Amino acid sequence: MRMAFAAFLAATTAIALGFLVLPVAAIFVRVPPGDLLGALGHHVTRDALLVSLKTSAIAHACVLLVGTPAAYVLARKRFRGRGVVLTLVELPLVLPPAVAGISLLAAFGRAGVLGGQLHALGIQIPFTQAAVVLAVAFVESPFYVRGAIAAFEAVDDTLLDAARTLGARPARVFARVALPLAAGGLGAASALALARGLGEFGATIIFAGSLQGVTQTLPLAVYAQFEQDFDTALAISALFIVVGAVLLVTLKLYPWFRFASIFRSRAVPST
Amino acid sequence: MVPLRLDLSLPRRSFDLELRLEVEGETVALVGPSGAGKTSLLRAVAGLAKPERGSIACGDDVWFDAARRIDRRPEERSVGYVFQEYALFPHLSVEQNVTFGGGSGDGLLRRLRLEHLAGARPAELSGGERQRVAIARALARRPRVLLLDEPMAALDPHTRGTVRAELHDLLREFALPALLVTHDFEDAAALADRVGVLADGRLRQLGTANDLLGSPADPFVARLAGANVLSGVAARAPNGLTAVLLDDGPTVFAADVASGRTEVVVYPWDVSLAREAPDDSALNHISDEIVSLTPLGNRARVRLRTLTAEITTTSTERLHLRPGDTVVASFKATQVRLLPSG
Repeated sequence: MRMAFAAFLAATTAIALGFLVLPVAAIFVRVPPGDLLGALGHHVTRDALLVSLKTSAIAHACVLLVGTPAAYVLARKRFRGRGVVLTLVELPLVLPPAVAGISLLAAFGRAGVLGGQLHALGIQIPFTQAAVVLAVAFVESPFYVRGAIAAFEAVDDTLLDAARTLGARPARVFARVALPLAAGGLGAASALALARGLGEFGATIIFAGSLQGVTQTLPLAVYAQFEQDFDTALAISALFIVVGAVLLVTLKLYPWFRFASIFRSRAVPST
Repeated sequence: MVPLRLDLSLPRRSFDLELRLEVEGETVALVGPSGAGKTSLLRAVAGLAKPERGSIACGDDVWFDAARRIDRRPEERSVGYVFQEYALFPHLSVEQNVTFGGGSGDGLLRRLRLEHLAGARPAELSGGERQRVAIARALARRPRVLLLDEPMAALDPHTRGTVRAELHDLLREFALPALLVTHDFEDAAALADRVGVLADGRLRQLGTANDLLGSPADPFVARLAGANVLSGVAARAPNGLTAVLLDDGPTVFAADVASGRTEVVVYPWDVSLAREAPDDSALNHISDEIVSLTPLGNRARVRLRTLTAEITTTSTERLHLRPGDTVVASFKATQVRLLPSG
């Protein structure tokens, strides 16, 4: 009986691993490393890579800059309706990306809520690179803000109180105590959000289109190429897997990184 | 020295903590059970919690006044706060911790024997060292008031004695108005010039540790100070003493005068133990069974069914005391204090 259960566990684990690993491995089986580098030189790939890097960098910088202080406020302040606000922040997480694209059109499109004002100012967002930035920021920010709130909530209140009794004004309490102590969690949330932003597809294609060299990001290029030139699609996919793996490994190594080098010793919040 | 003046009311879950207190260049320790509002009180003085009414002032400097709607922020009050568990910044070195509030830490690090640890992180320190860092950090801004929350609670029992003596000397040296809260009467007595007992939101008694030991205001204070408190009924005895028939059976004679329901207060260190009733001036002899023996350094706490005695370990060894043995506990009538039952 015990043997049978052990065999059952082994079998399910093997199936799960095989199912998850096989498709990923298959890409590298189909693409010899030499072809991979060659395909990356392809002009479609190069354009998409540049668009992706540029839009992701801008979107991610905006998310970090605005999201970090906002998460600090949401983590520390207790106010009426806080639960509602936290739910609203998380809502984009459960939306299908296509719905996110439609929502962005409804807000910033020509006929959208802000469309009239933007048009009057001569600003047109849909189907421009700014639209890509907005779409990426929209879908990745909940990942970051949620993780950042958890990171700030994990900081011991007493340490912030201690900083105040030592004469630190709120900005200094944030910069010298809250931020460094939440750094580990913020880094993890940032990496997850970045990965999500780089992979963004649905909202971008609806809100920004797929114009090579302008709004065509790497995921959009995979989609555009897979009917014309399957090998290029494979090569871009392989690139994604490598980038994803690097992000994950960084994430896993981060605690070691943080405790071993930056802070040297264990960060003990309560004892 | 600028005195700290408190007169405030802090709402607690089941009662309001009402306190009126003036602390000059001395250390005042407030002792009370957990939940008495001790930490809330320190937080209110530091500006981290808001009292319901009343005022907090340091000399002419008003930090809080509910009536005048004054409520200065924590960073604008001049307090040095030694938190329970110390709350050192784990990501900063000892020196960075101490100088966090500004100023140079050199003198303090030297005075507190922390120079060799200046670059260490709090996680690498022992309990006693962490306590010294917390005190150095609190003093570095030259505060006008020092607040200490259970400064001894995070220490190992075997380092307590030395650390306590050191803290005592520091408090005398800096001579700031210092408010210390603890649940341990011994710590309070060892560290403070005056000790106050908090219970149910009131200051039951305030005085030197000797005042509190010598004439506790009520049974609660006596119990907190470590006394045996035994209930009984008092009556005049023929020998001019008061005889108290304890609810547990034996009769205790006391020099104090009382009648009716009475609490008998006897300190464990005034009780001696013997195998047989000795023929000496100790008038009270209670034959009783040993429940447990707890060594406390060179002394031992011997718990009997009715009371507890604290005797030297030399005595426990000489008498071969073991749980279950029957011994005679003796104490003088003059060492018994009688308090009305409250």
